[in-house]
Amino acid sequence: MSTKVLHVLYNDDDVLMDAVKATREAHHHIEEVYTPFPVHGLDKALGLAPTRLAICSFLYGLCGLGFATFMLNYIMIQDWPQDIGGKPSFSFIQNMPAFIPVMFEMTVFFAAHLMVITFYMRSKLWPFKKAENPDVRTTDDHFLMEVALKGDEDEAVTFFKNTGAVEVKVIDKQ
Amino acid sequence: MSSHYEAPIRKPLVLGDKTYHDVTVDVARPVETRANKQWWTVFTIALAAFLWGVGCIVYTITTGIGTWGLNKTIGWAWDITNFVWWVGIGHAGTLISAVLLLFRQKWRMAINRSAEAMTIFSVVQAGLFPVIHMGRPWLAFWVLPMPNQFGSLWVNFNSPLLWDVFAISTYLSVSLVFWWTGLLPDFAMIRDRAKTPFAKRVYSILSFGWSGRAKDWQRFEEVSLVLAGLATPLVLSVHTIVSFDFATSVIPGWHTTILPPYFVAGAIFSGFAMVNTLLIIMRKVVSLEDYITIQHIELMNIIIMITGSIVGIAYISELWVAWYSGVEYEQYAFLNRATGPYWWAYWAMMTCNVISPQVMWFKKIRTSIMASFIISIIVNIGMWFERFVIIATSLHRDYLPSAWAMFQPTFVDAGFYIGTIGFFFVLFLLYARSFPVISQAEVKTILKTSGSNYKRQRENENDSHNH
Repeated sequence: MSTKVLHVLYNDDDVLMDAVKATREAHHHIEEVYTPFPVHGLDKALGLAPTRLAICSFLYGLCGLGFATFMLNYIMIQDWPQDIGGKPSFSFIQNMPAFIPVMFEMTVFFAAHLMVITFYMRSKLWPFKKAENPDVRTTDDHFLMEVALKGDEDEAVTFFKNTGAVEVKVIDKQ
Repeated sequence: MSSHYEAPIRKPLVLGDKTYHDVTVDVARPVETRANKQWWTVFTIALAAFLWGVGCIVYTITTGIGTWGLNKTIGWAWDITNFVWWVGIGHAGTLISAVLLLFRQKWRMAINRSAEAMTIFSVVQAGLFPVIHMGRPWLAFWVLPMPNQFGSLWVNFNSPLLWDVFAISTYLSVSLVFWWTGLLPDFAMIRDRAKTPFAKRVYSILSFGWSGRAKDWQRFEEVSLVLAGLATPLVLSVHTIVSFDFATSVIPGWHTTILPPYFVAGAIFSGFAMVNTLLIIMRKVVSLEDYITIQHIELMNIIIMITGSIVGIAYISELWVAWYSGVEYEQYAFLNRATGPYWWAYWAMMTCNVISPQVMWFKKIRTSIMASFIISIIVNIGMWFERFVIIATSLHRDYLPSAWAMFQPTFVDAGFYIGTIGFFFVLFLLYARSFPVISQAEVKTILKTSGSNYKRQRENENDSHNH
């Protein structure tokens, strides 16, 4: 069954912000907003939940630190302890000062890369992925709000024209 | 408009009364138009230098490290000098994009993309030197922790050389994803403007299908902030660890606790100088003077002046500590630097790094494009000499006077070094014609705050309220 949506285009971020508020007050359902740059406060105006990527990154960093500790202990202390320059490797805690640089780098490596991979997966970004912005102008200077059509078509179009839209299109969506 | 307030005392960061669409057009122009004659001239010269370098590398690998001017007293000279020099240059990019992001310095937005590109390209050059110095570069993977039954023993995690492997590879890979993540919306902009199917296809692949949903932007900003938070200690750690290569040894002249902060300050110093060298040319060639303004150049000059002064204080502290330590070997190492056979390298370093940036105290000089360009080159010459002084002059007169020697570079040493400069410029020139050189999505976010037309409009409004 095909549903109808409205593609409402704006050419100013301040107008868009006011329109988003007005649309939500009028109880229209905003499906998506496409913008050419991050509009500050838009996520709050849309009622999007805060992202938890920073928490992910912290946990990934802990994994990196844990992995580095395990690896250094296994390689330098357990598997093949050596006496290098009169400084024997028989105790992790005594040898740890020399391991801090690698432990730090591995923490950063894990935290940064796994967070970026999580971001790419969650936002569906990878090579050969097809772009899904419905209008090419949304990467230039236009802001597109996709709204589910509710009630009378003409009435809705007039409503959105009054919010300052430069263009309102009715689209049949699969 | 009230949400875009910025103190009127702040000078506009975007000149020329730009609209959002103008920003798009200006940033896409170098990609969409054909290269001019100057570009091809510079590219040909860079490519020739690069190919000469490739020849010298092939000669080194097939014949051996004996083709370099190293001897048994000076086992490290130009190779490690060039390595440290390139890594140092590679510090400005992450500093601009990460540290200045945390400090909310909006002027970074016009220059961070190119500075990060410069970082990545220069770290690539840096990596070539230690890998080729191994003599058998096809066994370079032996620096990774390989199980004992695979090759030789486990790698030695007590060695600062191995810390370097981890630091540089983390730095390169994290800088690369930081850069690429920021590039996605800008590649998407070029993709959506592309006229030919080929360009559309290429930029579509490069942009990873970026669509610019509200949720994507929310995540994008969070990821940028967290990456900046991670990259800030990372960038400081990288040159700290590079300095450990020297500081943890027992060679007089190397064994100093001041080396880590001194190397980091020097790295920022040379990195900003290289950013200035590149951007002063680039803003002109691709007509982006409205985005990379005199104000940007001035701010970078101020950073060059401050870090140059830190480096100067570090040089003097080193001399003081050598004297105060009472260790005669240490004292001789520094006396020999300043007055020994390599006195000219020491004084070249002092003049270029400590004296030359002090002229930036004059506003007239730090806002002059010509003066900034000349000083940026002098600084990078000085920083090369700094590394040469630290490395070669500390080695050339060791504990046994019969072993004292001088370093004579061969044409292979010179060719390899010039080759990396060529390679660097080849990469940068290709980048300048195929990548969005300004992070246009970010610039659009500050347009209403810092665009000259918007600032003027706000001032006029305030005036009319007051009357």
